[in-house]
Amino acid sequence: MTPASTEVDRKPAVTALRHKDLLGIVDLTPEEIALVLDTAEAMKEVGTRPIKKVPALRGKTVVNLFFEPSTRTRTSFEIAEKRLSADTLNIAIGTSSVVKGETLADTALNLEAMAPDMIVLRHSSSGACHLLSRICRSAIINAGDGMHEHPTQALLDAFTIRERKKQLAGLKVAIIGDLLHSRVLRSNIHLLTKMGAKVWVCGPPTLIPTDIRKFGVTPTSSVDEAVTDADVVMLLRIQLERMEGAYFPSLREYFRVFGMTESRLRRAKPDVMIMHPGPMNRGVEIASEVADGPYSVILDQVANGVAVRMAVLYLLAGGAEHEDAA
Amino acid sequence: MPVVMDADRISRTLARIAHEIVERNKGVDDLALVGVRTRGVPIAKRLARALKEITGHDVPTGALDITLYRDDLMRHAVGPQPQVRRTEIQFSIDNRKILLVDDVLYTGRTTRAALDALIDYGRPKGIQLIVLVDRGHRELPIKADYVGKNLPTSPDESVQVRLLEIDGQDEVVLQGGAA
Repeated sequence: MTPASTEVDRKPAVTALRHKDLLGIVDLTPEEIALVLDTAEAMKEVGTRPIKKVPALRGKTVVNLFFEPSTRTRTSFEIAEKRLSADTLNIAIGTSSVVKGETLADTALNLEAMAPDMIVLRHSSSGACHLLSRICRSAIINAGDGMHEHPTQALLDAFTIRERKKQLAGLKVAIIGDLLHSRVLRSNIHLLTKMGAKVWVCGPPTLIPTDIRKFGVTPTSSVDEAVTDADVVMLLRIQLERMEGAYFPSLREYFRVFGMTESRLRRAKPDVMIMHPGPMNRGVEIASEVADGPYSVILDQVANGVAVRMAVLYLLAGGAEHEDAA
Repeated sequence: MPVVMDADRISRTLARIAHEIVERNKGVDDLALVGVRTRGVPIAKRLARALKEITGHDVPTGALDITLYRDDLMRHAVGPQPQVRRTEIQFSIDNRKILLVDDVLYTGRTTRAALDALIDYGRPKGIQLIVLVDRGHRELPIKADYVGKNLPTSPDESVQVRLLEIDGQDEVVLQGGAA
């Protein structure tokens, strides 16, 4: 189009994502993160219209390839794709040839032969998205790979925090739970530290990675210390399915020492936000009174996930070339 | 770099268009203004103020971002996407006459996208198009209902509308071209 008279007003720091894929937050600059969040604000408005659909991705095909169970993330991606008018197709392990022994690479190459534009991948192996990124022409979006990253979750968390607190810089964010197995934690640490937040991480000593300080966060096993004056408290799920060893004596004991209750929360700032990426284990990492309480933004996170994924899909659909759209 | 409209001229032109709106619609009863981002938005707000002065009535005003409706999205094999901004229409457009406001009418493609975007918000009684400058060279069958200034141009020229709210001053300049 040629709106000849309109220069770009108040030029933002970056106006495009110059990446083929979204594999992790680690690859994004603070300016790119801000662009995704700004774009998501515009996308959120689309969800409030009587007709919740725009023609932006018309004719694009997106494959949602999920090798692990997921309700929120898969549904959220699918709604986001449909709101952008993309053609979507969902492949879940139970119904695919993976059960017949096909490798991830072969599955991906066969899908790729049918020329999709984007593949949204969830896989239990860390690095699965990087593998596909190397062998596929399609844009790869990481929807969670093993214990590595879950970038769209961190982006929607940041969007939800920014919506309430206006900015991320300077906030104290306490992340409490299973630090060892959490890809949500890794993506959030990258994102929050890049954006200038002060991140405290808390869990049983057996679930704190030994080298976690090098990511610029403060580890502690004292919930009270982590929660004191926190602007945001984020609970992480205890991932029993990934635990092979005995990391703590029992779920009841975990709740007694680390579970987020109203009384523990009193040490936080009066306008603290309670977040959880889901699925929640009520009575393990979070008490029901907190999950359903006035500080909880857990369902806002889910709602914002659609807008953030629309932003990511839209921004990546353009491709990575360094040239300005006409 | 000839200035084709200065601040006074722009202000008189918008006052004149406001009077034309009132005359043509016999008042402002079921009207609403929708500015196309970026520079259609301040123009729409100025027209709303002028209509208030003339009639004493407030006309609801909104902002429309047409990026997601552009006809050149995804047409480049690769390349960064144009930036999306927020659409803000806080009123129902159903059964209202919508005054769509843009700064420059050129190929008509922005207007086509704006019409599609608007229709997704409801079913207006009618849509009328207001532009500050019509520079010709239409590529689609689109015509403005209110024109601030008809400005004959060649395709290699560019028309820059600068507005106080965004650019710090009011003026329309013609740039480039063989002349």
